[in-house]
Amino acid sequence: MDETRQMHPEYTLLARKMFLTILVVSYVPVLLVSLTIYLQFRGVYRQKVEDHLVEMVRKHKQQIDAFLHARLADVRFLAQSFGRDTLSEEAFLQRQLAFLQGAYGATFVDLGVIDARGRQISYAGPFKLGQAEYAGAAWFQQAMAERAVISDVFLGLRGLPHFIVAVCSGEGQDAWVLRATIDFEAFNKLVGGIHIGATGVAFIVNRDGEFQTTGPASPIAAEKVFGGYQTCAVDPSRKIHVYSHPDENGVRSIYVTGLLKDRNWLLVYRQQAADAFHQLRRAEKMSLFFFILGGMLIVVMALVISRRMASRVTKADREKEIMRRQVIETSKLAGIGELAAGVAHEINNPVAVMIEEAGWIQDLMEDERISEPEDRAEIQRALQQIHTQGRRCKEITAKLLSFARGSDGSIRLLDINQIIEDVIRLVAQQAKFTHIEVETVLAPDLPPLSGSETEMHQVVLNLVNNALQAMAKDGGRLTVFSEVDGPWIVIGVQDTGPGIPAANLERIFDPFFTTKPVGQGTGLGLSICYGIIKKMGGRIEVDSRVGQGTTFRVVVPVPPTTS
Amino acid sequence: MSDTVSLPAAIRLLIIDDEIVFVEVLAKRLSRRGLCVEKAFSGQQGIQKLRHCDYDAVLLDLKMVDMDGLEVLKVIKIIDPDLPVILLSGHGASEAAQRGLAGGAFDFLAKPCDLDRLMEKIRTAVASRFRKEPNG
Repeated sequence: MDETRQMHPEYTLLARKMFLTILVVSYVPVLLVSLTIYLQFRGVYRQKVEDHLVEMVRKHKQQIDAFLHARLADVRFLAQSFGRDTLSEEAFLQRQLAFLQGAYGATFVDLGVIDARGRQISYAGPFKLGQAEYAGAAWFQQAMAERAVISDVFLGLRGLPHFIVAVCSGEGQDAWVLRATIDFEAFNKLVGGIHIGATGVAFIVNRDGEFQTTGPASPIAAEKVFGGYQTCAVDPSRKIHVYSHPDENGVRSIYVTGLLKDRNWLLVYRQQAADAFHQLRRAEKMSLFFFILGGMLIVVMALVISRRMASRVTKADREKEIMRRQVIETSKLAGIGELAAGVAHEINNPVAVMIEEAGWIQDLMEDERISEPEDRAEIQRALQQIHTQGRRCKEITAKLLSFARGSDGSIRLLDINQIIEDVIRLVAQQAKFTHIEVETVLAPDLPPLSGSETEMHQVVLNLVNNALQAMAKDGGRLTVFSEVDGPWIVIGVQDTGPGIPAANLERIFDPFFTTKPVGQGTGLGLSICYGIIKKMGGRIEVDSRVGQGTTFRVVVPVPPTTS
Repeated sequence: MSDTVSLPAAIRLLIIDDEIVFVEVLAKRLSRRGLCVEKAFSGQQGIQKLRHCDYDAVLLDLKMVDMDGLEVLKVIKIIDPDLPVILLSGHGASEAAQRGLAGGAFDFLAKPCDLDRLMEKIRTAVASRFRKEPNG
C-alpha cells in the first residue's frame, strides 16, 4: 500500500483509467444482458400470469353461464312437461321441488306458479308465501315480456338474498309463470371457490354495480369495477378484459372481468398486483441482490487489479530507469576504458618525470656538496619541475573525473560547445599520437539545450572515440561542429576514415553490434547514444561513404523556452 | 654471467623520447652512474644520431608525436640488427610493447620505472651484445 501512496500522479491516473476500463468492460455487458433477460422474463411472466387469470375467469364465466342456463332449462322443462293445471297442485309441486333438490342439492329453494295477473297460484318451499302478489316485481314483468328471466339478486318478501329463475307459458289471459328461487349461498359457492394467492377474489356485479355474490372483503370503488364493465360492454369482441387500477391506498390491483348472463352481469376477479406477481418480485429481489453483490465484487476486483497493475508498471518503470542508468554507466566506463590507454600515457609521463627529478635530488644529496650554489639551484629546478609535473597530472585527472562522475541524469541547461571542447581536450593527446588533426567548427550563438550533462558528454565522447578509432591506423582529420538548423541543434562528428559498409550501416545502432574483435568493444556505445538522444526527442543521422569517411549528425530539438 | 664478458668502460647509451624534461633528468642521473648518455628528442633525431655514432644500447619511447616507437625500432634494426633496444612506454605492458619485443627489442620497461632496474636492464642488454660479438 505504501507503494501506491507514493505513486506518481501519472500512475494514479493510469490506475484510475484501468479501474474505469475494467469496470466498464465487465459491468456494461453484465448490465445489458441482465436487463434484457429481466425485461424479457418480466414480460413473459406477466403475460403468463395474465393468461392464466384470463383462462380461469373464462372457465368460471362459462361454468356460471352454464349453471344459470341449466337452471332455466330445468324450470322450462317443468313448465312445458306438466302444464299449469298439474303444477297448480301444491302436492305435485312439492314433489317436483323434492326431485330437483334431490338432483341439485340446496340450489332450488322453492317453486311457485303465478297467473297472468301476478298472483301466486301454488307454492312449494320453506316459506309461507301463499297468495303472494308479484305483479309489481321486475322479474315478473320481465318474465311476462321476455318469456324467461334470470333475475338479479334481491331480498324480496323473505328478506334473504336470492334470485329468481322464471319461465312464462301460455298466451294473453292464460299466460302463467313458473318460477324457482335459486339459493344465494349455493350460487355464491360457484364464484367464491375462485381463490388464488392471498388476495385473489372473484365476485359478480350487475349493471347497476350491485354485488350479485358476496363482495370482496376490502372496499372496492363501484365505478372502477363499472369502468371495467363499460370497457367490456363497449368492446364485446374482448370477452375477457384485463386491466389494473390502484385503490385509495395506492395498492395496485389486477382486474380480470368477463360478461355473464347475456351481458347483464359482470364476473370480476381481483388480485393485488404484488400478490399476483409475488414470484416475479422474489426473482427480481434475488437478481438485484446478486447483481449488486456481483457489482460490488467487480468494483473491488477492478480496484485491486488496477492498483496492482499500476504499482507493477511503476515498479517496472523504476527498474527500467535503473537499468537504463546502469547500462549508460557501464558503457561510459567502457568508453573511459578505451580512453585509458591514451590517458595512462599522459599521466605516466609526468609521473615518470617527477620520480626521476626526486631521484636526481637524492643523487645530489648523497654527494654532500649541497652547499654549493649550482647544486642548490639544481635542486630548486628539480623541485619546480616536480611541482609543474604534479599540476599536469592534476589537470589530467580533473579532465577524466568530469567524465567519470555518476550519471545522475539531472536535467539542466547545457552549453553544447563547452561539452564539445571538454571532449576534444580529453582526446587531444590520443589524436596527436595517431596523427589525427582535430578541428572544431562551433556556432557562436548556440542556444542552450536542456538535458543531462553526463549523458551529453557521453554521446559526444562516444562519437568522437568512434571517429578516432576509425582513423587510428592511417590518421586523418576529425571535424566536430555545432550548428543551428531551424528548431534543431546539430552536433556533427566527421572523420576521414574508411567509412562504414552499407551492410553494416543499418545495424550500427543495434545493441551489441560491433565490428571490433571479441572483448574489445561492447557494441553498446551507439545504441546507448541513440537511446539518450531519442529520449531528448532527437535523432542521430549517419552519412558514410566507403573510402571517404563518415559523418554523424546528432539532431536535438531546441527547448521551446529558449528558442 | 656478466663476469665472463668484458664490458666497455663507459656504456654509450642513446635515449629517444619526445618528453624533453624526462630525457634531461634521466640523462643526468644515468651520467652520474657512469654512463655516457646521448639524447634525442624525436624519432627522426634518434635515427640521425644512430647513423653517425655507435652506441652500446638504445632506450626508446614507444609513443612519440612525430614517429611511432615501433617504426623507429624497425629502422634501428635495419641500421644495426644487434643493437639492443630497451622500450619505454607509459602504457604499462601494452600490446605495442609485445609487438616491439616480437620486432627485435631487447626488453620492455613501463614508465615510471625504477632507476636501478633500468641500470640492470641496460647492463644485461650491453652484456648480451658483447657476448654475441665479443670482438665488436
